[in-house]
Amino acid sequence: MINASLKQLAALLAEKKISSQELTQSFLERIHARNPALNAFVTLNQEISLAEARAADVRIAAGGAAPLSGIPIAHKDIFCADGWRTTCGSKMLENFVAPYDAHVISRFKTAGMVSLGKTNMDEFAMGSSNETSYFGTVKNPWDANAVPGGSSGGSAAAVAARLAPAATGTDTGGSIRQPAALTGITGLKPTYGVVSRYGMIAFASSLDQAGPMAKSAEDCALLMNVMAGFDERDSTSLERPTEDYTRDLEQPLAGLKIGLPREYFAEGLSADVGAAVETALAEYRKLGATTVDISLPNTRLSIPVYYVLAPAEASTNLSRFDGVRYGYRAPDYTDLTDMYQKTRAQGFGSEVKRRIMIGSYVLSHGYYDAYYMQAQKIRRLIAQDFDAAFRQCDIIMGPTAPTTAFNFGEKASDPVSMYLSDIYTIAVNLAGLPGMSVPCGFGTNGRPVGLQIIGNYFAEAKMLGVAHQYQLATDWHTRMPNTI
Amino acid sequence: MSLTLQDVKRVAMLARIAVTDEEAAAYQQQLNGIFSLIEEMQAVDTAGVAPMSHAQDVCQRLRDDTVTETDQHEKFQAIAPQVEAGLYLVPRVIE
Repeated sequence: MINASLKQLAALLAEKKISSQELTQSFLERIHARNPALNAFVTLNQEISLAEARAADVRIAAGGAAPLSGIPIAHKDIFCADGWRTTCGSKMLENFVAPYDAHVISRFKTAGMVSLGKTNMDEFAMGSSNETSYFGTVKNPWDANAVPGGSSGGSAAAVAARLAPAATGTDTGGSIRQPAALTGITGLKPTYGVVSRYGMIAFASSLDQAGPMAKSAEDCALLMNVMAGFDERDSTSLERPTEDYTRDLEQPLAGLKIGLPREYFAEGLSADVGAAVETALAEYRKLGATTVDISLPNTRLSIPVYYVLAPAEASTNLSRFDGVRYGYRAPDYTDLTDMYQKTRAQGFGSEVKRRIMIGSYVLSHGYYDAYYMQAQKIRRLIAQDFDAAFRQCDIIMGPTAPTTAFNFGEKASDPVSMYLSDIYTIAVNLAGLPGMSVPCGFGTNGRPVGLQIIGNYFAEAKMLGVAHQYQLATDWHTRMPNTI
Repeated sequence: MSLTLQDVKRVAMLARIAVTDEEAAAYQQQLNGIFSLIEEMQAVDTAGVAPMSHAQDVCQRLRDDTVTETDQHEKFQAIAPQVEAGLYLVPRVIE
């Protein structure tokens, strides 16, 4: 049951071999037993979960089920969900109960999926190891000394430890793909604008995008069918015809041209990750694909560009946390400015404060052109690199992260070394392209390796097919940590 | 480029984040580390390149000028730190 695909779970529910209540109860029991060690979930609400399960059972019995009705799903604690505490991993929102549903949440509710709980994350999605959460670190189910990646570390660990059949995540610079890679699961960041950001607590609005995290590409495709779609409440939501993201799953790979960016296989890539990715590429050649050498020359610049643009947007977005309308307010203050300063000093953790200060600085008088404008110009060069690359290939592949999961504390005291761990994922967000990570083996330390698949704009269905064909031929995605 | 302690305190003030002298010194070191990474951008010739502010080249949508929201102020203010008679309370701003 815990390793069943969403399709299998849907069939069991449709055939009445199991009820949504039984299924939900069994995952809640697993969470109660295993979450104290993992800390993947920060909020559970058994009453709501079971009420949604009961409603799903009624719906299934009445013959009105949607494809995923009755299946539980965990949500990253960045999505506002009516009646649920929604913390974004921060003391600032420790007691914030959202008064409305994010678009993504209402989509899953409408589809009849059951909210299983809210998952831990780096504070305001700023981090690559889940070490910045106010609610403590999440353990990687493969190795308790290893980080699960971030910022969607709780969602990744929950799926990897089979505490949830699937989860939602968000990705601003790699926050779905990198934790998916580090915990051996499959995750997709869609094209910017495909999934509504309404009710998703904003970090860097021009980069943030929500996506599915699950055990397989097929599961991600089914979840995309629920999540994706136009929403007028998000001004950057794209008005496009409805897509069936499962449509290319059975497409054979013969003739597929895979571009391999030489910058992704250069210095900085650890040998074991490189070897696992090469083995995956050999499998793709066996399946009929060809590979071609390409270049994304501005890859290295994606990190400095990101650490100007994302903090600049974050400093603006996070100005709303001022202790007035919602969230934390400092207990003692002398005047309004003192209230703001103490509220923000006490409510935010140090990584968030660092990024707000970087953002405030690069946007301040006299520095705007040198930093913000220059970063936006290089952002265009980075997007043009991908444009040129996709003239030579159908899809791009490489490692998701330069190493397997690192240990707790290894990079926590050095922000720059932490930032460099996102070298292969950030450029995709800057360009607004879709990217995914699929498990493709293990490093010498026994920790999972992720293969990154990058597609052109709106190529999600194709990418999911490319990943699914690989998962039909290999079994890395079915491997589970032996601790579960 | 290197931020002085004064720069750090000024930017903390702009960001409305209270910092002690000790914290400012720690931030100074960390921010300078990050800015040395950011400085790599300065070597790039971007003459004639149009800034890219967004991933998609789309215009702002317009909507009909009609009321779409209902009054939910009680629900929204129930989560505020301090409210009285439908108003958010803050320290006195004007003497």
